[in-house]
Amino acid sequence: MNEKFQWKAKRERKAFIALADGAVFHGYAFGEKKDTVGEAVFNTGMAGYKQILTDPSYAGQFVVFTTAEVGAYATNFEKSESRQIFLNGIVVNSLDWVSKELNEESLHDYMLAQKKAGIAGVDTRALTLHLRTHGAQKAYLHVEDTEMTEAEAIAKAKAWEGLDGQDYASKVSDPNGYEFNDEGKYHIVALDFGIKTNILRNLAAQDMRITVMPIGTSYEKIMEQKPDGVFLSNGPADPNSLPQVYNMVKQLLGKIPLMGICLGNQLLGLALGAKVSKLKFGHHGCNHPVKNLLTGAVEITSQNHNYAIDETSLPADVEVTHINLNDNTVEGIRCKNVPAFSVQYHPESAPGPNDSMYLFEEFKKMIEAFKGGKNA
Amino acid sequence: MPKRTDIKKIMLIGSGPIVIGQGCEFDYSGVQACKVLRREGYEVVLVNSNPATIMTDPEMADRTYIEPLSVDILHEIIRRERPDALLPTLGGQTALNLAMELNERGILDRYQVELIGAKAESIQRAEDRHLFKEAMLKIGLDLPRSGSAHSMSEATAIAHTIGSWPLIIRPGFTLGGTGGGIAHNEEEFETIVNRGLDASLNNEVLIEESLLGWKEFEMEVMRDKKGNAVIVCSIENLDPMGVHTGDSITVAPIQSLDDRAYQAMRDDSLKVMEAIGVETGGSNVQWAIEPKTGRRIIIEMNPRVSRSSALASKATGFPIAKIAALLAVGYTLDELRNDITQTTPSCFEPALDYVVVKVPRFTFEKFPKADSTLGTQMKSVGEAMAIGTNFKQAMQKALRSLETGFGGFGACAKCEKFKEYDDETLAKEVARPSAERIFVLHEAFRRGWSIEKLYELTKIDRYFLRHLEELACFEDEITAAGSLENLAKDKALFRQAKELGYSDIQIGYLFHKNPEEVMAVRKQIGLVPSYYSVDTCAGEFEAITPYYYSCWAENSEPVREIPGHGHKKRIMVLGGGPNRIGQGIEFDYCCCHAAFTLRREGYEVIMVNSNPETVSTDYDTSDKLYFEPLTLEDVMGIYEREKCAGVIVQFGGQTPLNLAMRLKKAGANVVGTSPEDIDLAEDRDFFKQLVDKVGIKQAESGIAHNVEEALAIVEKIGYPVLVRPSFVLGGRGMVIVYKEKYLRKFVEEAAAIGEGKPILIDRFLEDATELDVDCISDGKHTVVGAIMEHVEPAGIHSGDSASVIPPMTLSQEIQDKVRAYAKEFAKELHVCGLMNMQLAVKDGELYMIEVNPRASRTVPFVSKSIGVPLASYASRCMLGETLEQIGFTEEVHVPYVSVKEAVFPFVKFPGVDITLSPEMKSTGEVMSIDRDRGLAYLKSQLASGNKVPSQGNIFVSLKDEDKQKAVPLIKRLVDMGYQIYATRGTSTMLYNEGIKTRAVFRISRGRPNLLDLIHDKEVQWIVNTTETGAEAMVDEIQMRSKAVVSGIPITTTIAALTSTVEGLMDKHDFGRFEVCSLQEYHRHVKK
Repeated sequence: MNEKFQWKAKRERKAFIALADGAVFHGYAFGEKKDTVGEAVFNTGMAGYKQILTDPSYAGQFVVFTTAEVGAYATNFEKSESRQIFLNGIVVNSLDWVSKELNEESLHDYMLAQKKAGIAGVDTRALTLHLRTHGAQKAYLHVEDTEMTEAEAIAKAKAWEGLDGQDYASKVSDPNGYEFNDEGKYHIVALDFGIKTNILRNLAAQDMRITVMPIGTSYEKIMEQKPDGVFLSNGPADPNSLPQVYNMVKQLLGKIPLMGICLGNQLLGLALGAKVSKLKFGHHGCNHPVKNLLTGAVEITSQNHNYAIDETSLPADVEVTHINLNDNTVEGIRCKNVPAFSVQYHPESAPGPNDSMYLFEEFKKMIEAFKGGKNA
Repeated sequence: MPKRTDIKKIMLIGSGPIVIGQGCEFDYSGVQACKVLRREGYEVVLVNSNPATIMTDPEMADRTYIEPLSVDILHEIIRRERPDALLPTLGGQTALNLAMELNERGILDRYQVELIGAKAESIQRAEDRHLFKEAMLKIGLDLPRSGSAHSMSEATAIAHTIGSWPLIIRPGFTLGGTGGGIAHNEEEFETIVNRGLDASLNNEVLIEESLLGWKEFEMEVMRDKKGNAVIVCSIENLDPMGVHTGDSITVAPIQSLDDRAYQAMRDDSLKVMEAIGVETGGSNVQWAIEPKTGRRIIIEMNPRVSRSSALASKATGFPIAKIAALLAVGYTLDELRNDITQTTPSCFEPALDYVVVKVPRFTFEKFPKADSTLGTQMKSVGEAMAIGTNFKQAMQKALRSLETGFGGFGACAKCEKFKEYDDETLAKEVARPSAERIFVLHEAFRRGWSIEKLYELTKIDRYFLRHLEELACFEDEITAAGSLENLAKDKALFRQAKELGYSDIQIGYLFHKNPEEVMAVRKQIGLVPSYYSVDTCAGEFEAITPYYYSCWAENSEPVREIPGHGHKKRIMVLGGGPNRIGQGIEFDYCCCHAAFTLRREGYEVIMVNSNPETVSTDYDTSDKLYFEPLTLEDVMGIYEREKCAGVIVQFGGQTPLNLAMRLKKAGANVVGTSPEDIDLAEDRDFFKQLVDKVGIKQAESGIAHNVEEALAIVEKIGYPVLVRPSFVLGGRGMVIVYKEKYLRKFVEEAAAIGEGKPILIDRFLEDATELDVDCISDGKHTVVGAIMEHVEPAGIHSGDSASVIPPMTLSQEIQDKVRAYAKEFAKELHVCGLMNMQLAVKDGELYMIEVNPRASRTVPFVSKSIGVPLASYASRCMLGETLEQIGFTEEVHVPYVSVKEAVFPFVKFPGVDITLSPEMKSTGEVMSIDRDRGLAYLKSQLASGNKVPSQGNIFVSLKDEDKQKAVPLIKRLVDMGYQIYATRGTSTMLYNEGIKTRAVFRISRGRPNLLDLIHDKEVQWIVNTTETGAEAMVDEIQMRSKAVVSGIPITTTIAALTSTVEGLMDKHDFGRFEVCSLQEYHRHVKK
């Protein structure tokens, strides 16, 4: 029985995650037994771990799941949000398994196949409270069977360069580009900084044909496509490390309708001359209330970001359209004079609520209006 | 949008007495609403017939009407109060139905009362099956496939279209739903359809696909008038479709759905709210999912706060009822703050970083003849909830919170009985949903049955089965340690066992040690629980409100030092755990009062309870709330962590009392009457001495440990005797015995129930009047709260009797004697706090039945009758104040009459005998007040659902001793215009007395008999008195059960008949009932 349930390994708690500030949390290893460094952030969503795992925006991070039980359902019947797992590892409290009899793939098996490390049996609430108090942290995940002292791991975490000032988007952007949805009334160029597939699915649902182009694509290359609109995707790490990208976005402004999500929102902000700064521990979860200031309605949103636009730095011709009701940070902006808008949260959900799908329709309307205006 | 200023006075309707399906969760929701609406400056008029509730405390509302919940009475109250609005969504189905009736009868229009919270059209759309179906189809939701057929060929065609087995077949227009059934294959289908077509009066059968075995889910939705909507909590039922959700083990949040399925259900739940038109407030939407295909069907939605809302509120920290009340008066979700974080808005969806398990509590032992198989009709009487950092831990905590003798999932003596099942029986019992099925599953896993096999038998999701299997297997991992000492040496294993939820009771069982020994060893190696808070946001924001659960994590949140509380002593109040017959909301009322009072008096109050329905587990009732099982281990963990100065055990009923001595031994300071004195009151020998010393009579009695001893005692004292186990509440196992044959049977049963504790045998005082006395003592002085006289004679459990303040028939002399005895007993038992005495009067002589130095079931009734908060004063006494300091030194005499009447669950248990006995069977109670005693009694009957008709036909069947007493009463009834039916014996006797009756046959003798009369609606009231003690005739049981199921009022004692007739005559004179608020009544009290 012990073999089946791994009780001995579970109680020995030999694996651990060490934070740069010296805090250490123990557990047992699962997935690939390979030590790694990363930035520890927590996510308060209660389902959707496959979508979180395959969200490229988590590149370079360890995601701490606050939900008590993780892995209750099979991973092989769920859709992915990108071509692979980009995050560095995950930290869970109680790890579940699934029915081999029904050919279900467990979270452990999936992580193993994707060669990613995980640690389970961790006091994730303590770790979360620590991150809330001390901010997102550089961390070292020790899951190998080799002996390592906590001090060594802490030192390795400290020594790591971290995510600030780093361009992770280039690491996750698909260098080849690709087409999504062959047919569609409108042609969109989506710039891939780590785009989630559900964004593409939602654009396609608005009768759009999408050409996904890699990060670094020039203004000219984009315009050669003669698109009806350009979409700026989500993606990992520091927007301030991408001056070429936001300078290029500056060129697009006014020329073509723009929509941005998450990193795309930050890049639009930077292109407009606003400041983007790092939040203490970011927003990661599926329950954030966002108020649409134009309608007064509140949406429950899916969020995953560490950086936010500084409201006071926005120029006068940009209005804030959405705010987060928890901390009043900027969640959406819109240009008054040119066709461009963006949101900081994830209207495409996956995982999370579908309250904000209307934004994709708004993008379509903006494109239609722009076309109409141009034609007229 | 801010709150509305065009309404000033709001009327709230409560849910009435506690019944199966409508428990004290509506007290919780009503209290939240009252508090918040008054805080917002509205005048609140509250109507509820249930005195045991906190909401009916006179401080909770501006005007409190403890009156029957009927449309006529509400009409009177509306006429008198002229409220601007009626909020009907917080008092369960009762309030919703009444609001609809008030609306339909044009009363709301006439007095210009606006329905807020839910509009009549929305309520109708949700409640009317046809309208609901239409609305759901319109928004594209799936419903069970069905069709109606008039012939076999049509039926077969429908079966083909539905395309799956089993099918449910219901004949149209049959009497009592006969002729239907579930067909699992074509053969059965043909048989049942043919039978159904025959049985149907219009030759029609309805064929519907069966959802049995589908996964069942619930979503709790909040919506404001701007259309903002959030899912407060998602709930997954462990028991699949086929078991009422109130009877299912449920888990929050949903575990086995992936994000896509979850979000699709969320989207649709929001759509349902919109389609039904719920403008503001909380609703509950129920779903079924076919496990293989994922096909999802809407089952129902409730446009009101429900049982699940209370659970969801406790599970998440989101106060649904409070927010619903605020939304009803115009606020929107984004304008309201989250109480727990106090910085973020209420417009969000709580994120849980723990697992919540709710387990229902049943009382089939009270109704041995009831069918204990769970189905679509709810049968549980209470529930326990537990929180843990993983499913296994939460599950085990919930099971031990039930207080049914199981220390968790298996590893306990009570599970031994399942080992005796052969495989066939085990398979049958695993497949049959029942109160103990979860433990049967444990045995199946112990035998190595596979998950797939058990899935096939139960359709319980494999996710849950996997966890349960691991738990069943882990027992061997613990026992492999060999001994408790060895386990202590392997701290990692010990911790792992605790993490998986094993209690000290279970670990003790595995090593043949008692829980105290396990606890001692555990503490020696420094293995103590940690505590985390329920913070609504999974740690993302700081929680200000201290609401905790224990777990076995590596770390712990520190003890919260509440600002400004530095100097305050911490006092722990132990709640009553899950509701059950005999221990219900009355005790929660007392616990809440203790909490309110002690907070006011400058203590920091720590509440411990496991019942999610209660006001005591509202996080703003106490300073700190610990949602925990009430076992020694769990309570001491908190006591030591919080460094409490004392613990109060006398308010939570038997649960904390049973712990008192052990808590004291473990080092806790039990305040108030000492545990030794509490135990002494139960000690027969001591009590006998005490009774002799005080000089009051007591029925002769003896103590037996077996049948032989019992026979010897009865030889001495003579039949009839009262037999009961000691240390139980609610008269569990208590019977009156007239013959040796029954004595043997009952003594054996009592021995089993009492688990080795002695059995008490008293001579039974026939036809005696019973009294209940509640009093309060500060250790020196004792003041009587009230003397209550029971309507029913001694021998019927006090909880099941109607009782009246002030006494009806007692002489001043007897009453004075009772008062003197109360003082003597309080002194002798060193009572500090509350005390309850039960006495009997026979032939002008007083007999002592029992004394309990603790809060009794009648405390709220007495408090509301006399306008004195007894529980509140008692808690102050327990912490050192004197009654003189409190200002309560004289008994209060009231110039009106209060009646308490019991309410029974018989309608839920067809075939069960409804006659009253020494064993308590009622689930709830109602109270009524009037200046006139007859009217007060009649109102109590109306309130308890036993509405006596003002005209019509009465069937009378009396036992011989009652016949003469009944004659004048029946004469009066005839004078008032009633027609009398009677069986031959009674009929002849009445004829000789000059009363004309129509004779009917006894049921077994011929027709027409009473069953036909009931069936033809020929009889509107039944008066049926029976012999106590003897086993009732099958005939009579059938008759009474049928009457209850048909909703015909039934009077079973001559005493009750006397009071009813008195009431009817007064009603005849007055014309109608008058209503008056509690606050007005109390103004007339001479203090």
